[in-house]
Amino acid sequence: MKVTVEITRRPEIADPQGTTIQRALHDLGNNEVMSVRVDRVIHLEMAGDDAALVQSRVEEMCRQVLANPVLEDFTVEVSG
Amino acid sequence: MRTAVVVFPGTNCEQDVAYALTSLGGDVELVWHRETDLSDFDGVVLPGGFAHGDYLRTGAIARFSPVMAEVERIAAQGLPVLGICNGFQVLCEAGLLPGALIANRDLAFICRFVDLEVVDNESILTRSAEVGQRIRIPLNSYEGNWVDPRSTGRIVLRYIDDPNGSQQEAAAVANHSGNVVGVMPHPERGVDEVLGSGDGQVLLEGFLHSLVPA
Repeated sequence: MKVTVEITRRPEIADPQGTTIQRALHDLGNNEVMSVRVDRVIHLEMAGDDAALVQSRVEEMCRQVLANPVLEDFTVEVSG
Repeated sequence: MRTAVVVFPGTNCEQDVAYALTSLGGDVELVWHRETDLSDFDGVVLPGGFAHGDYLRTGAIARFSPVMAEVERIAAQGLPVLGICNGFQVLCEAGLLPGALIANRDLAFICRFVDLEVVDNESILTRSAEVGQRIRIPLNSYEGNWVDPRSTGRIVLRYIDDPNGSQQEAAAVANHSGNVVGVMPHPERGVDEVLGSGDGQVLLEGFLHSLVPA
């Protein structure tokens, strides 16, 4: 099964990369940009066909290593 | 009394740390990250570099290296554990120190001397220094911006000029009991005037004085 993991930095944690990109967009005249955040997407291919099990296994992996609980939240999307 | 200096794939400051500790009278051995028994050692240093390529996040893969179970045991026994630069990042990922390190505020890789102030001298790194003492050693990092959303860290050294946006200008952070410390600048690169500063000596002497038989 294909799984997409999106790891997002919590809103209260600074994102220097997003801030720098926002500044560059403004420098290029895109002044309507109000905020930029850069997140991470990880694609997994998982053995098995039990979507609920795959979902919970990947969520476990997020807590174990893929996301840092001090900084980040995550979402897991399983597709066939 | 022996110190293990851990080498992960991508570590690059191990020789500097071994040289500096040895020159101060330490008995040092380099230890590969797959080692599973550090019972012959009385303390451990995680040196700087790019452990496991810093893939995923700095320190995220290194914290699962086999040696880390022994580092956690040594920390739990109250023996000295020092992480320098990338080693600091590994200790945060491992949960042995609070917080995490993100990219510097201005997204610049900072490589220059920085001035620090000792704000707490009850840690294995700062015990030989006086509170208020100024220390000048090199900083060499991109992800040196320490964040601690729960504000539980004990800051033992702070930057005078806030180079990277680190919370409360923290340059070195200790756990509650002071035996685990992470420091972002490099004391081992400032142990002789010929290197531009000898101020790192007092920090590494603190580490060596903290070694007691395991």
